[in-house]
Amino acid sequence: MNYLPVLIALIKAVLMVAVVVVIAAYAVLAERKIAGWIQGRYGPNRTAFPVIGYIPILGKMLTRLGVFQPVADGLKFIFKEDPIPGHVNLVYYFLAPCVAFIPAMTTMAVLPFGEMDGQPLVLANLDIGMLFLLAVSSLGVYGIILAGWSANSKYPFLGGIRGSAQMISYELAMGLSILPAFLWANAPGSETGMSLFNVVQSQDQLWMVIWQPLSALIFLVALFAETNRLPFDMPEAETELVAGYNTEYGSMKFGLFFVAEYTHIVIGSGVLTVLFLGGWNFFPGLPSPWPGGWVGGVLSTLWFLLKVFTVVFFFMWIRWTLPRFRYDQVMRLGWTVLLPLALANLVLNAIFIALFDNWFV
Amino acid sequence: MAFKILERKPLNWAERTYLPQIITGLKITLWNLFQKKVTLEYPDVRPVIPEGYRGIPTLVKDPKGREKCVSCQLCEFVCPPKAIRIQPGEIPEDADYAHVEKAPKQFDIDMLRCIYCGFCQEVCPEEAIFLQNDFSLSGYSREEMVFPKAKLYEMGGTFPDQHNKWGKKQQAAEEAKAHG
Amino acid sequence: MTGRDDNLISVFIDEEEFLVPPGTNMVEAARLAGKEIPHYCYHPKLSVTGNCRMCLMELGMPLKDHSTGEPIIDRRGLQKIGWMPRPAIACATRAFPGIHIKTDSELVRECRNGVMEFLLVNHPLDCPICDQAGECSLQEYAADYGRGYSRFVENKNVKPKRTRLGPRVMLDDERCILCSRCIRFCKEIAKDDVLGFVDRGSYSTLTCFPGKDLQNNYSLNTVDICPVGALTSIDFRFKMRVWFLKETPSICAESSVGVNTHIESREGKIYRITPRRNDEVNDTWIPDSGRILYKSIDTDERLIHYTIDGSHTLVDGAAKEAATLLREGAVAVVGSGRASVEEQYLLGKIASAVKAISVSLVSRTGDGDGLLVSADRNPNVRGALLTGLITSLPHANLGGLASAIESGEVRTILSFGEDLTQCGVEKQLLEKVNVIYFGSHCNETGEVAKVVFPTLTVFEKAGTFINQQFRLQKFLPAVPGPQGVLPDIVSLGKLCSILDGEAIPPTGPEGVWAEMNTEIPQFSAIDFENIPINGILIDGSQWEHLPFIEGMSLHYDPDNNRQIMAEVTKSK
Repeated sequence: MNYLPVLIALIKAVLMVAVVVVIAAYAVLAERKIAGWIQGRYGPNRTAFPVIGYIPILGKMLTRLGVFQPVADGLKFIFKEDPIPGHVNLVYYFLAPCVAFIPAMTTMAVLPFGEMDGQPLVLANLDIGMLFLLAVSSLGVYGIILAGWSANSKYPFLGGIRGSAQMISYELAMGLSILPAFLWANAPGSETGMSLFNVVQSQDQLWMVIWQPLSALIFLVALFAETNRLPFDMPEAETELVAGYNTEYGSMKFGLFFVAEYTHIVIGSGVLTVLFLGGWNFFPGLPSPWPGGWVGGVLSTLWFLLKVFTVVFFFMWIRWTLPRFRYDQVMRLGWTVLLPLALANLVLNAIFIALFDNWFV
Repeated sequence: MAFKILERKPLNWAERTYLPQIITGLKITLWNLFQKKVTLEYPDVRPVIPEGYRGIPTLVKDPKGREKCVSCQLCEFVCPPKAIRIQPGEIPEDADYAHVEKAPKQFDIDMLRCIYCGFCQEVCPEEAIFLQNDFSLSGYSREEMVFPKAKLYEMGGTFPDQHNKWGKKQQAAEEAKAHG
Repeated sequence: MTGRDDNLISVFIDEEEFLVPPGTNMVEAARLAGKEIPHYCYHPKLSVTGNCRMCLMELGMPLKDHSTGEPIIDRRGLQKIGWMPRPAIACATRAFPGIHIKTDSELVRECRNGVMEFLLVNHPLDCPICDQAGECSLQEYAADYGRGYSRFVENKNVKPKRTRLGPRVMLDDERCILCSRCIRFCKEIAKDDVLGFVDRGSYSTLTCFPGKDLQNNYSLNTVDICPVGALTSIDFRFKMRVWFLKETPSICAESSVGVNTHIESREGKIYRITPRRNDEVNDTWIPDSGRILYKSIDTDERLIHYTIDGSHTLVDGAAKEAATLLREGAVAVVGSGRASVEEQYLLGKIASAVKAISVSLVSRTGDGDGLLVSADRNPNVRGALLTGLITSLPHANLGGLASAIESGEVRTILSFGEDLTQCGVEKQLLEKVNVIYFGSHCNETGEVAKVVFPTLTVFEKAGTFINQQFRLQKFLPAVPGPQGVLPDIVSLGKLCSILDGEAIPPTGPEGVWAEMNTEIPQFSAIDFENIPINGILIDGSQWEHLPFIEGMSLHYDPDNNRQIMAEVTKSK
């Protein structure tokens, strides 16, 4: 039996996880820096690193940028005392961070991030890529529910309940909002199904966001809600629920929740880029200038990452601009605005495509 | 009726989507993102202490090195959190400033209790206690934060004696002696 | 005004009519009328000299026609008042019928302002270092009537600042305003004429007569009456500012005179004892020897543990052990003339409950000085008589007790605060019997005692004394006692309730008084809360035949007291 493909897949997977976790860690730094800058502060600028930190100008600059802060944060998570409250349900209490972390890491398997010689750069190019992504990412909410439930105290409990309700409410709108994208991406009779690579390839001339702005908007809002970001951070809601579902967690267990949340953001931004921002395609109307071979792969990946980072920045920008919705407002927005809007959007698009196909093709 | 009920202005269609407001907000935060930072990087950069600042209370000496405090205990009396403790003592008759007669044997200020109200400075008839610019104190124990007389003088330093009351008195005594 | 007493005469103070006894001077008359006339040299218990001029007031009297003797009537139909053109001093003006004075007119205010300015010309700026600050008349009147600033540009007088007038009194000459109160006190009250002024003008100085010292037992009263900080107590000098001191009314336990005092303390520490005015007992004086009694309370010799055979226990354990010993019988009780009335009553109850063979008191005698120290140095012998603890006067020697121990007649001794080894019972003898000792300080009796109850001193507990006049006077706790030591009434009460089988022992003097009201006829209708601050005379005529040893003192004459007693009896 040939173990090589398995080994290669394993190495790729580990590499991918490592890269995404590092991006998530620096997303935390970016969040703190952007929060600081928007509020007229500097953000973290003290953590110095031996050797690198002492390089005359560069070291100082990196320190001021807080580049070493994630290292310190990570070390802190690992070495802090890990208190376990006496009133928790131990099995679920330990299970919850893992349940939150694993789906966040799993979703990246189907996310294409570049193109090389017409082939996608992805761990697994599935036909049902989008379906897999939706299915796995919604598992992440079990982590929140389990954490809220097992902690056996009121604030985590409320956070967990809110998290589950919000997840259910926005899952629908999210699912409905991406269907028009796939309707347009797939020519009738094609077998690409819900492959994410295919969606990107179909956007080589026109980004979906220009063609389907309403779908994009609904997806964006739903994405905010799904990743529990402000203005929809109901499960955490520091000002109301102390720290929400992770109130009773500390040390690395809290760290897992934290990393999972930022991984969600990074992957979510990736999905948004793939579906609506043209993936690694250059600019609307311009053909992608990526040469063949590994150079083209790297360039397309970088271009893709740039878009992803812009969306991540947008996430943070929104967070430090808008206040939190009230819980009933979140529910009302989800059920009475986004869901009907997404339904109407889907139906109209379907009718439009039917007419378009019948009359013009 | 003394008040009038105002109807809230109905929102138009665009406003009801909240999107224009969100975009306005985003513009403001983006603008702020590039503004000069207002943070004072504290331990490296020290704030400018304004005139009349009330920092820690200290005891001062006059230019000749005489301790100004005569332990009248008015500060102890007026101190709202009872941070000041004085044990009065007598200046021996053969000392340089024997004519002042009284000086504190012990003078403790519990800096953990002190609320920096400045009443002690206000009430002091000898202008011996001043609130100075230092505002950050730290220590490893409660006992350490009770500052004894020596430390208070060390931090206080020397202040000019505007009235020179005891100096004038000494002078008057010498003149009287000269006249017999 | 109706119901006018013939003995009283009407005076008009600021156009208001008041009735005062004849001969009252106008400072006192104004005080009775609720107005203050400021003064320095005047003192209600000293002769009037009128040298400070602070009490200047406007004086007027109803006019009469010289030729006819008829009153001159003004337009309103009232007798016309002739105001004197110049002010008069209130202290030297006695009330006469129809006298009119103004205490707050323009002229009077101007006079006070002028007097203040002259007094302050040479007065040093010593308030921050002056012990009198806070209770200084000069300070108060300067605030009330002073100018607020000085027009005097020359140097102030320089005078000696640390003159020792005697062992206990220090003089600061600069501060002296020459009121002469101290001189008059020494001459008139202490009968020890040692002080006087020398030199003249601004060189005037208070001094002792050559070869003499201010060392009589009343010298510290000069410090109290000094209106400024010229005379200070060497003991109290620079110890504490007076505004920190809490005054608690108390009674001096030095002798049976029962001098009224204020205990002045701060945060549980006594700093000084000052006299409390009681015109029936001590006026405004107190002997120096009484002022230092508090010094013994804060020593290492204090007993602070309830002990049985030397091992620590709690009050209940000690009381149970003591009750067991007492129940064995053959008990002798030694009470104390220093205990309060309540304690003596409870001790009497214990003595009768255990059918004590003998109850005795230890007498303490000394020489009376005819003023405020009497020959009987026990403050409360009469309390022991009234409560029935004893029926005859105590002896200094407990020789009878010693022989009773030797013969085996007595097997248990309960001593309340008395060191038996000091009054004729040898230590070896005490070791033969069970001793239950209540005491505040360690001594030889405490050492041999089987059960020891620590007690509080008069400064730490509440109670009453009955003085030589049969005057019941109360004292209140000024400072807390040593930690864990209960008031004597409580420990005695617990012991008493075990022996009597009573359920609830008293927790304070109020409870004991409720009992004494019914048990002792002389005490009926008295409750502890309502004993007046100046004390109350008790009918002691029952004991008048006893040969009390006290001689004459300030407000006590042994012969005269019988008459007073008789009057008290009659009025009941």
